[in-house]
Amino acid sequence: MSRAPGADLPEDPDFLWDNPDPKPAYDVVIVGGGGHGLATAYYLAKVQGITNVAVLEKGWLGGGNMARNTTIIRSNYLWDESSGIYEHSLKLWEGLEDELDYPILFSQRGVLNLAHGLQDVRDSVRRVNANRLNGIDAEWVDPGQVKELCPIVNTSPDVRYPVLGGTYQPRAGIAKHDYVAWGFARAATVLGVDLIQNCEVTGFEIVRGRIAGVETSRGRIAAGRVALCAAGHSSVVGALAGLELPLASHPLQALVSELLEPVHPTVVMSNAVHVYVSQAHKGELVMGAGVDSYQGYGRRGSFHIIEDQMAAALELFPIFARAHLLRTWAGIVDVTPDASPIVGLTPVQGLYLNCGWGTGGFKATPGLGDCFAHTIAKDKPHPHVEPFTLERFVTGALVDEHGAAAVAH
Amino acid sequence: MQLIPCPWCGPREETEFHYGGQAHIGYPQDPSALSDEEWARFLFFRANPEGPFAERWSHSAGCRRWFNAVRDTRTHDLLAVYRIDEPRPVIS
Repeated sequence: MSRAPGADLPEDPDFLWDNPDPKPAYDVVIVGGGGHGLATAYYLAKVQGITNVAVLEKGWLGGGNMARNTTIIRSNYLWDESSGIYEHSLKLWEGLEDELDYPILFSQRGVLNLAHGLQDVRDSVRRVNANRLNGIDAEWVDPGQVKELCPIVNTSPDVRYPVLGGTYQPRAGIAKHDYVAWGFARAATVLGVDLIQNCEVTGFEIVRGRIAGVETSRGRIAAGRVALCAAGHSSVVGALAGLELPLASHPLQALVSELLEPVHPTVVMSNAVHVYVSQAHKGELVMGAGVDSYQGYGRRGSFHIIEDQMAAALELFPIFARAHLLRTWAGIVDVTPDASPIVGLTPVQGLYLNCGWGTGGFKATPGLGDCFAHTIAKDKPHPHVEPFTLERFVTGALVDEHGAAAVAH
Repeated sequence: MQLIPCPWCGPREETEFHYGGQAHIGYPQDPSALSDEEWARFLFFRANPEGPFAERWSHSAGCRRWFNAVRDTRTHDLLAVYRIDEPRPVIS
């Protein structure tokens, strides 16, 4: 972190992707041109050998939650099911720059999850032990070690919610989210995938229980298979195909400060006081909060959420007191009752579902792309996504990750 | 900060309120008769529309009473507030 802010940003590439008109028919149509949709298209073409694929995006590529998250990547979840998919994803992140031949600025600077109460400490230590049993790097660190990892954290015992320690995952970190979207888009284009922007899906054609095509703002497109990757709008898109989903969409806000000298060497998250902070490559402090309580699709949230978030940030990082806020925004996250995603087959043949990642979809981007492409190509869930069926809400086999999700919802 | 019109107290700041999710969800009349599928629907499945949505709010830092509201989830505009024993108003 000794270089000047922005010094390690790469040059703009000479080519990103083509903008073709939609063809009349595709083997696979993916609805949603965010990180998950683009990654799924890439792995369909690269690993599964299916290249007659279109990604339909109602706005512009990577312009939804992909451009609105806080870019944190980690795999320190509690349950085996979550560890499986998130660790698979983290392993792919570790090779992704070479895989895509594109800079994504993946920085394994470590993630600290702070504990501020006795129960917090017990839960955190339990999670560290669970992570280690799953082969995931995790350790419990005391306040002195927190201070070594991130010297600007206030570890004084004389605050309302003192830092009693934290979990630390050294392999975790951040990546530059827009570059990740562009890297997948570029690599998918090279493999023959059509990326079609300004193309909103307005209906699904279902014939005798099997998907046959999609209706869009740019005409009808026949499709052998259709995969939904619509993130916060999954309920809206799913309803067009007759799917009812156990999802609630909420605004989730984040903000950045002005550019600062490098001061924050890792990622710090605090579930109890509710803020998470990292410093972007260019120098902004990137901060996230919890979701707004109400359901909604308006991409702005409540001011008092930002107020609480800033209060927590100032208690944890007193040196931020004079930092200027540059901008705030909100993404729309689709939250499930157990804070775990829904991925897999649907009652409609040839229609595949990927939604409910709530506040944690970015870190899953390559892992989900790989496993969802497999699920679509084989018409059978990849083992890593098998636990995340829609049926679990009837069978009761929930994967309760509210604790490890690290964002209040 | 958004003002929410409590039917009893009038417009107050959003921080005085607690959100209660979808309105008009009735507890099952005969719980033991429900199938697993029906239980799942009662527990986990809620409407999530992009547009007008009938939901519950509690004026928890004021009169502490619950009421219903129809709110446009795209704009956050509160289109109607009404008592919990009243039917959902027709919004054109």
